Amino acid sequence: MPSINLSINNKQYSFDADPQMPLLWAIRDFAGLKGTKFGCGISQCGACTVHLDGKPIRSCSFPVSAAAGHKITTIEGISANGDHPVQQAWIDMQVPQCGYCQSGQIMSAVALLVNNPKPTDEAINTAMQVNICRCGTYQRIRKAIHRAADIMAAEPKKAFGATIK
Amino acid sequence: MKTAAKIHRRQFLKMTGISGTGLFLGLTYGLEATGKVVKIAKWHGAEGSVSLTPYIFIESSGQITIMNPRPEMGQGTFQALPGIIADELEISLDNVIIRQTSGEKQFDRQVSGGSRSVRGNYVLLRKVGASAREMLKKAASDKWKVPVEECYAEEGKIFHRPTGRNLSYGELAEAASKLDVPKDPPLKDPKDFKIIGKSAHRPDIKMKIAGKAIFGIDVEVPDMVYASVERSPVFGSKIISFDDSAAKKINGVLQVIKAERVVFGKTHYEGVAVIANNYWSALQGRKALKIDWDHQGFDKFNSNDYENKLRELAKSDGLVVFKQGDFDKAISESTSTIESLYETPMVSHSTMEPMNCVAHWKPDGTVEVWVSSQGPTLIKDELSKVFGIPQDNIKVNIMFNGGGFGRRLQSDYASEAAGISKAIGKPVKVIWTREDDTQLGPFRPMTFSAMKGGLDANGKILAFQHKVVSPSLSASRSATYDQSKPDGSMIEGISEQKYEIPNMKNHYVYAEFQIPISAWRSVTSSTLAFAHECFIDELAVKAKKDPLTFRQEMLTKDSDTKKLFTRLREFSNWDKPLPAGWGRGVAQYEFFAGLCGQVVEVSKQPNGSVRIEKVYAVIDLGTVVNPDNVKAQVEGGIVMGIVAATKDGIRFDKGQAIQTNFHNNRMMRINEMPVVEVDIIADGGPTIKGVGEPGLPPLAPALCNAIYACTGKRVRKLPVDLNKI
Repeated sequence: MPSINLSINNKQYSFDADPQMPLLWAIRDFAGLKGTKFGCGISQCGACTVHLDGKPIRSCSFPVSAAAGHKITTIEGISANGDHPVQQAWIDMQVPQCGYCQSGQIMSAVALLVNNPKPTDEAINTAMQVNICRCGTYQRIRKAIHRAADIMAAEPKKAFGATIK
Repeated sequence: MKTAAKIHRRQFLKMTGISGTGLFLGLTYGLEATGKVVKIAKWHGAEGSVSLTPYIFIESSGQITIMNPRPEMGQGTFQALPGIIADELEISLDNVIIRQTSGEKQFDRQVSGGSRSVRGNYVLLRKVGASAREMLKKAASDKWKVPVEECYAEEGKIFHRPTGRNLSYGELAEAASKLDVPKDPPLKDPKDFKIIGKSAHRPDIKMKIAGKAIFGIDVEVPDMVYASVERSPVFGSKIISFDDSAAKKINGVLQVIKAERVVFGKTHYEGVAVIANNYWSALQGRKALKIDWDHQGFDKFNSNDYENKLRELAKSDGLVVFKQGDFDKAISESTSTIESLYETPMVSHSTMEPMNCVAHWKPDGTVEVWVSSQGPTLIKDELSKVFGIPQDNIKVNIMFNGGGFGRRLQSDYASEAAGISKAIGKPVKVIWTREDDTQLGPFRPMTFSAMKGGLDANGKILAFQHKVVSPSLSASRSATYDQSKPDGSMIEGISEQKYEIPNMKNHYVYAEFQIPISAWRSVTSSTLAFAHECFIDELAVKAKKDPLTFRQEMLTKDSDTKKLFTRLREFSNWDKPLPAGWGRGVAQYEFFAGLCGQVVEVSKQPNGSVRIEKVYAVIDLGTVVNPDNVKAQVEGGIVMGIVAATKDGIRFDKGQAIQTNFHNNRMMRINEMPVVEVDIIADGGPTIKGVGEPGLPPLAPALCNAIYACTGKRVRKLPVDLNKI
């Protein structure tokens, strides 16, 4: 099998795998980063959302070979101590229930706030429609994104990018 | 004292093999995954630590571990149950290690289900915490040689009131553990609660926002291989033959074997498992299999025919399950009567974490599983039954559940994985695809309800009948279902609502069914409430009365339902006019899990669709442990209720579920989320009611009653497409 080189959370990984294998399984089973979840396998639920060069993608349907040479960021990579403003807001609003979809939700929310620091409910609805939560935490997700926007606005000099600087 | 404590600590550490918090954490369930392999090691707490009761372990360092006897699936047991213990024990949960029990006998039956975790353990766990606290107080008073009445507990220490001296729990644990556990320890005055009744943060959330909570699907054990299993989507098909030559050519595929899925410990379904050194290869191998199935006629089944059969059966009497007054006489004497047939669909549980299990069948004949499950007790029962091995040979590690909703009360996916491990002699992780998860059930059964009601000249209900027509959960579960008796789980709540109706006669008509069905959050109340409370609405309309007033007038005696409606009327601003084009509906349902009432507001959109604007919910609990978490559970019940009422449901054609994944078994998304406001009635009293399920049943009837108020269209068949009212 061909050798694949990936940059995940600024760390280099090298392994042999089927180039058509979805990036999700490379992240989970080859890089051992279990925070990114398998939900549907067809880009319908967003549980597998990661960032490719800062943009959210569904890693369950993204061939690992296409990710080579790009910067991949997973939930483990958005902050060193679980203290990204979005994560803080998620704690403040006690968003997760079972928590399984929440890595994907958070990755979508982080990407949204990079492009739109003060999103309206409408903008949140549009950006977050890709993520299903079966426990029904949507109302709290909405509130938490507003809260994260406030936290980030209060610390304008701090760069809350999609990757650790 | 200091030296003695030090020596003791060293001895203690030697005895237990626990060398400080760091290593201890490494052994701990649900904590952070570090490095490539999620390290899951055996727990020796029971034989090692100083145990004050089976639930509490205290190290001499002061580190406290509390056992959580109910699996965490999002409903909050990971905070609520240890919190009850911690409150009585006078400690904060902040530095406590919480561990999930594994089906050990000393914790009795460990199952998260029936909204029973808090209400079923509230008194017991308070006593557990209080016992330990009293033992620690006694140990301190013995050391100081002072009366125990002069000692009190606070923030993990015992204080001597007259002198202010204190000893930490760590210093006292060894001595305290040698004392008898008091049978009836004094419990705290509720006004002194520091955790119970407060909206505390859940400790699992910090792990869940960082991707560090370990779910079953995340577990890795050394030398583990992966499997994906091809099973016939037609239930009951047998394998005639299979060709695995192409599968075996896939890079990474190790072997191909027959597998078996046993549902409810009795029905055996065949499958072919592809084993590989990574999951993707196993999946590719599975796709390359060629299997010749004998469907044995099961592929003739379809939902349309079955629903016609239920409609036919609705004309028969079945069994009378409840009688009050003289229904037949009353209906004939009624001024006006109505009859309606209500229909609901099958639905999937669709937990976000698909079914999966890591199993290791060891050479010594023991088996260990790592699994997201609602009950370690259930896993042990199932594996023991399926494989004929003693419970002591089964070790269960319960991980965080990525959703349960009743699906993880079944252990079919665990026994299937155990069987595969047994056959290949290696630890294996079996992961179901979303298609497997959607198509293979068990499903929530449909129920049809034939309703009949009569009003007197004053517009009051004189006669009422709810006849349930459905397959039976008991029949699906048990090989010895007795059709001459009603299945209690299929008539949940229909005879127990508090409305004072003088003449009632309820029926149950059993319908045979081949598809495995199981409990789904709020079980049959999730469908029966729809018929029951929409029909009450129909009668209110017939009586030309406000639907909420109509209900309240049937509640003259004191009851929780009466109290609930009074609160809901105020909380939902029922008497305030709505904007033009809006409508509101009300419903309540009382059943085994508890009681909740809801008002739903909908609006008609310019394109003709109906939008759910707002949901007000009042839940009656008696006692509340974590109010914010209760609100979260009701919010979740409402979302799940909306999905079941308005999305696709599961339909069968040619013996298999038509729905396969989230594109055609659609879930609600954030853009459809209404504003939800939740109010909790918790005014004490002896009864504690459940939290996880009661928020669901009132949604469908309150929604459909609102649709009627808004559009004049009465919905009697679910799912209803809000875009096509």
